[in-house]
Amino acid sequence: MIPDIVLFAILAFVAIATGLGMLLSRNAIYSAINLILNFCTVAVFYLLLDAPFIALAQVTVYAGAIMVLFLFVIMLLGVESLRSKTTLSWQQPVAVVLGVILLIEAAYVIFIRSGVMPPASEVAEGFGSPEAVGTVLFNEYLLPFEVTSILLLVAIVGAIILTMRQHTGRKYMEMENVDGTD
Amino acid sequence: MVPIEYYLGLSAILFTIGAVGVLIRRNAIIIFMSVELMLNSANLLFVAFARLHESMNGQIFVFFVMAVAAAEVAVGLALIVAIFHTKRSIDVDEIHLLKG
Repeated sequence: MIPDIVLFAILAFVAIATGLGMLLSRNAIYSAINLILNFCTVAVFYLLLDAPFIALAQVTVYAGAIMVLFLFVIMLLGVESLRSKTTLSWQQPVAVVLGVILLIEAAYVIFIRSGVMPPASEVAEGFGSPEAVGTVLFNEYLLPFEVTSILLLVAIVGAIILTMRQHTGRKYMEMENVDGTD
Repeated sequence: MVPIEYYLGLSAILFTIGAVGVLIRRNAIIIFMSVELMLNSANLLFVAFARLHESMNGQIFVFFVMAVAAAEVAVGLALIVAIFHTKRSIDVDEIHLLKG
């Protein structure tokens, strides 16, 4: 039995390393694969935090569906690596400095300002299980759940329209050209 | 059980990596992936506090964030494809005209 803290340290190392790998990879495919590993690590954190349903939703929705969509678009457009001609050379160092400042601020607020948080007690049996999530979701959050379905429908229609307009526009142009040459 | 502060610290680190990624990368798809990383670190925070307070509400919120993220990714990637078709590039430095 590995102590929790060791498990946490290893997983945190993997999560941060894959995050940095995503940030620093020259190839967008490597970035996407690093991010998939990062999402899977976070899913294990969810399991440690007694949220098995959310953990599996994370693997299927984030690491599965969303990242496959990313990989699909990267390969479809063939934009694995952009030739980097930076127009603002001072921007990257400034961004890194601002990121470090953000991190220091967050660490200050979390570890010094907020004081000692109460240790988490043992949770009841079935906390975070699909039954528990479903009970709360379909009783207290029924309206937001239904609104989410409309949101997803709008997203589907939006994605189709954004990519369809290209083709119809090109067809019109081709037809106009045909008319013009005649 | 690991103290909840450690999860908060990890979440802050992941959020910072995402924020720096948005600022320093020029590839629109990688910027998008950095935004996903930031959403994910916020989700980790929600689940950690749900565990601390033994409340299901945090986990439900993560569920909704995932749904919104999925919708956002679908529309955003469609936008990137449309921009690529007109500009032949997804370098954000080259996308500076409102006119296509």
